[in-house]
Amino acid sequence: MTNVNYFKDQFEQLQDSAPESTITELRTDGFNTFNKSGLPTLKLEEWKYTNISSLFDKDYQFANAPQQLNADDLDEIRLAGHEAANELVFVNGRFIPALSTIRSAASQLVILPLEEAAKGSHQALVKKHLGQSSVYLKDGIHALNTSFIQDGMFILVPKGQQLEQPVYIYHISDARQQNTLSQPRSLIIVEENAKLQLTETYTTLGTAESFTNEVLEMVVKENAFVEYYKIQHDGLNASQVGSTHIHQVGKSYVHTVVVSLNGGVIRNNLNLVLDAEGNETHLYGLYLLKGNSHVDNHTLVDNKRPNCFSNQLYKGIADDSSTGVFSGRIIVQPDAQKTNAYQSNKNIILSDKATINTKPQLEIFADDVKCSHGCTVGQLDEEALFYLRARGIPKAAAEVLLLEAYAADILAQIKPEALRNHVAELIYEHLSIS
Amino acid sequence: MNEDLNMLEQTALNDYKYGFVTDIDTDIIPKGLNEAVVELISKKKNEPEWMLNWRLKAYAHWLKMEEPTWPNVKYPPINYQDIIYYAAPKKKEQLNSLDEVDPELLRTFEKLGISLNEQKRLTGVAVDVVMDSVSIATSFKEQLAEIGVIFCSISEAIQKHPDLVKKYLGSVVPMTDNYFSALNSAVFTDGSFCYIPKGVRCPMELSTYFRINAENSGQFERTLIIAEEESYVSYLEGCTAPMRDENQLHAAVVELVAMKKAEIKYSTVQNWYPGDKDGQGGIYNFVTKRGMCQGDHSKISWTQVETGSAITWKYPSVILKGDHSIGEFYSVAFTNHHQQADTGTKMIHLGKNTRSRIVSKGISAGQSQNSYRGLVRAAKGATNARNYSQCDSLLLGDKCGAHTFPYIEVKNKTAIVEHEATTSKIGEDQLFYCRQRGIDAETAVALIVNGFAKEVMNQLPMEFAIEAQKLLAISMEGSVG
Repeated sequence: MTNVNYFKDQFEQLQDSAPESTITELRTDGFNTFNKSGLPTLKLEEWKYTNISSLFDKDYQFANAPQQLNADDLDEIRLAGHEAANELVFVNGRFIPALSTIRSAASQLVILPLEEAAKGSHQALVKKHLGQSSVYLKDGIHALNTSFIQDGMFILVPKGQQLEQPVYIYHISDARQQNTLSQPRSLIIVEENAKLQLTETYTTLGTAESFTNEVLEMVVKENAFVEYYKIQHDGLNASQVGSTHIHQVGKSYVHTVVVSLNGGVIRNNLNLVLDAEGNETHLYGLYLLKGNSHVDNHTLVDNKRPNCFSNQLYKGIADDSSTGVFSGRIIVQPDAQKTNAYQSNKNIILSDKATINTKPQLEIFADDVKCSHGCTVGQLDEEALFYLRARGIPKAAAEVLLLEAYAADILAQIKPEALRNHVAELIYEHLSIS
Repeated sequence: MNEDLNMLEQTALNDYKYGFVTDIDTDIIPKGLNEAVVELISKKKNEPEWMLNWRLKAYAHWLKMEEPTWPNVKYPPINYQDIIYYAAPKKKEQLNSLDEVDPELLRTFEKLGISLNEQKRLTGVAVDVVMDSVSIATSFKEQLAEIGVIFCSISEAIQKHPDLVKKYLGSVVPMTDNYFSALNSAVFTDGSFCYIPKGVRCPMELSTYFRINAENSGQFERTLIIAEEESYVSYLEGCTAPMRDENQLHAAVVELVAMKKAEIKYSTVQNWYPGDKDGQGGIYNFVTKRGMCQGDHSKISWTQVETGSAITWKYPSVILKGDHSIGEFYSVAFTNHHQQADTGTKMIHLGKNTRSRIVSKGISAGQSQNSYRGLVRAAKGATNARNYSQCDSLLLGDKCGAHTFPYIEVKNKTAIVEHEATTSKIGEDQLFYCRQRGIDAETAVALIVNGFAKEVMNQLPMEFAIEAQKLLAISMEGSVG
């Protein structure tokens, strides 16, 4: 860990420059935790299959210089449907309002830099909810993000606002000059009877290494409706720890889809805290891995109140020397009677150098529940392959066809059509390149 | 069916019927553990030097290790200096037949329902009996010897068959494997040894009965079973302990070796004292069990019924090294009151075309915590490895917990691994169906639980299956309503 002293210097500089506030307090807590725990190693159960600390030998630096991008640079990376979307841009982990486009009316959608929100009329909200994910994610890498909360983003969808325009968040790492460490931080509040559709995607510029250590916290209130999509299709030089912590404080509906196609070492933490009676949550994931990609999906569904429902389906394909990891944890607390929780993880392994590690877990402390989990590791169906080949379809094309079909049910969970077609194209391209 | 129900009634007043203490002269050494104690144990057993060195090496390694904290169980730290590492019923000379066994001892085992004399005449099960630290008697030795089967205590094997012991002891569970196996390697006092020669199908069930009697003692037994090419053996293991307020430690190691086309079937009914209903006392059962399918087409099958012990920490595993070898694990784990169980299996697929099957049924009641923890690993060379795992949990009561921690690691593109798990409570409709037909709630629950566990119970040899069913019924007492 060559970076520890660097982090210490940077942290002190950052704290010295800012007057004391909710955020500086959080940072101090975060840095204390980071100092205590360090970066997670393979010895930690939660990090058994994913080695992050060795990545930090690469001497990632914060990009402290002002960013040098303009709106034209973004054209290549925009997602389909952006014409009607609110586009928010992070460069090197910092929210850049100048590059962002907000299309919804101010009464429908509040978007502010986090520091500003922490001072203004949303002060109470920020104080209450920012940093709540630390209760669940106690490791050093999460604390590292908290230590450097700076230029974060605050989104509020006020009561009753059924937002028509989706929100797209672009995370850009500028690794043209140096190995870059980006630590985006966002807090999103979806109030009563509101609706939000949110998509995140990641791009690294340049050929040096990038590491994105993101934390996104979301609070979902009574009768709110949230769709959350995460599309990861970055270069092999781009590694990431992405933590999404969704707290359903009122009876609400959350639908998430995480698609990982390309990348270096990727770790996704997706936490759902079902903290009100009658919550409904759907979690879907797809990882199609090639080369040396390593994708680790950790999901946690914490059922704290009665009558909640959750359903998870994660599907993966591992080819070449790639590694796919899935760890799903369902906790049913003593109060959470009548919980229904389902979890399924399916994997296809295409190469003898590829690895699949999967660990579905149930921890149940209430008796009147229905919980199940299942996982499989297998191959493409020989007979289906034969069927196609017997009809003159070359082997490679037949395999792509079958893999596409395998991915189709997750793809179908991406509800907006433009985005779905966009991802379908990415998947087809990704599978076709051998 | 009626019999089952009567049985439940009979035992309605019983908590733990094996909780008595036998008043028998015991040869014990002082509490505590150090090199001198290891040497003393070795000396008492009149062991050759290589054995002593092996123990000392294990002890030296144990000192360097730390007690594992990853299991999902909670207990106050164990003071390893507060345990008696050797306690043996005093006996006169080497016994030649059962008639010479201390009558007090025989009565003890009759109380336990294993009459050594009767066993001899009726059931055709060869029994090795281990009380506290030493093996007391082994029946049917001569008959078994005629066909070349060696069945004796491990101490005797060290004396009489040193080559076999030297070759296989620690070959499946190395002394450095884990904290408790290192401890066991240093201080193990007795256990069973069994060797089935090439081509022999062992004509009777072999069985060991373990009993902790002395106070403050720990039991550290070591079992080694070797099945040569094309042989077969079915081995049973049972255990009980008196009721005491202190926790007692039981750290055993079991090693199985199956050569080409050999099959070992290992069944356990674990009924150590589980502690009282407030969680006072009980046995800490920290056991390492592992089988090695060394040869092609070999098979190892573990069946366990776990109802006792305050804490169970046990993962009977199979290393599938030989091509076409098969590993099986069938388990029923029942926890009640304040019991904690963290149990499961490991199936390590190394050879080609290896297959494994895991069926685990967990039942939790009272304030108990019951965890399944398992690993299925298909290594690079394990072409066409196949695994199917099923873990079901049943919850009786709203204060208990049921947990599942399966690990699946696949590095092979021809492997197929499947795992499924469910957790639920007893179906209201099933209960209603029974109640409607005049069956009271408690009996109905017993009936349903029995059905839930049937798949595993069916794997047990007949005599054992009956005992296991009774046990399950006793353990469930007071868990309904």
